[in-house]
Amino acid sequence: MNAQTSNVQQQNGAAQVAVPVATHAKVDTKGLPEKITIRNLEFFYGDSRALKGISLSLYANKTTAFIGPSGCGKSTLLRILNRMYDLYPGQRATGDVLFDGDNLLRAGQDINLLRARIGMVFQKPTPFPMSIYENIAFGIRLYERLPRAEVDSRVESALRRAALWDEVKDKLNANGQSLSGGQQQRLCIARTVAVKPEVILFDEPCSALDPISTAKIEELIDELKQDYTIVIVTHNMQQAARVSDFTAFMYLGELIEFGATETLFTTPRDSRTQAYITGRFG
Amino acid sequence: MAITSNHPLYNARRRRNAIAKGLALLATLFGLGWLVLILGVLLWEGFGGLSLQVFTEMTPPPGSDGGLLNAIAGSIVLTVLAVVIGTPIGILAGTYLAEYGRHSKLSSVVRFINDILLSAPSIVVGLFIYEIMVAQMGHFSGWAGAVALAVIVIPVVVRTTEDMLRLVPDTMREAAASIGLPRAHMVVRIAYRAARAGMVTGVLLAVARISGETAPLLFTALNNQFWSLNLNAPMPSLPVVIFQFALSPYEEWQKLAWTGALLITVTVLALSIIARSLTAARKSQ
Repeated sequence: MNAQTSNVQQQNGAAQVAVPVATHAKVDTKGLPEKITIRNLEFFYGDSRALKGISLSLYANKTTAFIGPSGCGKSTLLRILNRMYDLYPGQRATGDVLFDGDNLLRAGQDINLLRARIGMVFQKPTPFPMSIYENIAFGIRLYERLPRAEVDSRVESALRRAALWDEVKDKLNANGQSLSGGQQQRLCIARTVAVKPEVILFDEPCSALDPISTAKIEELIDELKQDYTIVIVTHNMQQAARVSDFTAFMYLGELIEFGATETLFTTPRDSRTQAYITGRFG
Repeated sequence: MAITSNHPLYNARRRRNAIAKGLALLATLFGLGWLVLILGVLLWEGFGGLSLQVFTEMTPPPGSDGGLLNAIAGSIVLTVLAVVIGTPIGILAGTYLAEYGRHSKLSSVVRFINDILLSAPSIVVGLFIYEIMVAQMGHFSGWAGAVALAVIVIPVVVRTTEDMLRLVPDTMREAAASIGLPRAHMVVRIAYRAARAGMVTGVLLAVARISGETAPLLFTALNNQFWSLNLNAPMPSLPVVIFQFALSPYEEWQKLAWTGALLITVTVLALSIIARSLTAARKSQ
């Protein structure tokens, strides 16, 4: 995409435009509202190009998984969606990423507001150095001025949402960092949910967790998609197959194949997808 | 062949190990020996002079009894003032280095200069403040002394603030950003909180460092035989009183110098212990 003006023109009515994707496995996506539409996205770490011409749609209230071998660019792609890369100099993205029709890459985008609308859960649990209660209330108070009782009930519902309430309701004043790894990760999910985002990005959320905690998080992701659009990056193909509705397979910075998860895992169209999901490389 | 305990290579290695261990032990004993000797003499000489009088009476004229009250009070005022002036500047500069200017050229220049300042001889700091404050104002003053000490506080606080903030993992910053927290809020409400114990330790170490400094006060706050909290006049302080009294031929003065030295040492020791336990508490968290 060379001309900035053409980007702007394309923004209007973008949600209706049919989006070309790499290889469409046969799936009926007609009528599914697109929450995020990615077109011709390129990403650079300094001079090296990490993403090459990615075009892809993320559908509302669906879970989309990004899979692929290490270094394929799946985390990079995820971190573009909430502009996390902005924290680091020398990283830049070109192309369009339309979030409800608004290009989130445009200059002048209110990044803090954007991040409140597109939340993120990280690979390593990252509770803030404060109490369990404060970890949740902190995010709520950023955007809303509420009476104490209201905050209390929001904290409770966020913790319930993250299936953590029963485990922590008697120690809300304990430090968030005193919880176990799996509990910390659910605390982070509760923290994200409490801000009331529209999209939640998961960056390998279970890779530091034991199988039981992993199962809990996966169950949670499945419930969350009723209210949120979910994007998950994972190394674990079984996990992608279990939790996602759509799967994007990436390789060397390119989107190789995108389609309904069931189709992609049973009848992949591209030989590289086939090779990866059967464990022959990656 | 199985390796047995009388294998020649193994035995040679064991001998070398024993020699190296012995040398290391000797070096440790040599180093610690002096410290024990210094503390021992200090306790022996200082405790003898310790009495209520030390804390209630002013520094005496030669040949009569007295205490160190004005010097203690002066030292406290100078130290507190230096920390009040130096800490905000040091924390703000350290925050810039760790949070905002991490990738900028300016940061490496600032960091380099700060390291030079950190190891600058304190007498140079004293002379510098003499030139820009004492010489301009035309008289010695408590203000000049406090500023000189603040100049010593700043690089210590800059360094520890930067180091401690750098220990806060970037994932924490990303997590804060991910809920839409603006950067300044992230620094104040997340990073400072995570680094708090270390930053307080830095300030305590700076206090420990300046509470024994004599050279920067000699040309700035000078000294005062009498009770004075007037910052526009020469101000007494423990290190300068020790310096003056220890070199004097009067026995009462020498005795008070020992007592003063003991007081400073105990204070610094207490600060170091508090600083260490804070750091330890942070690690065990």
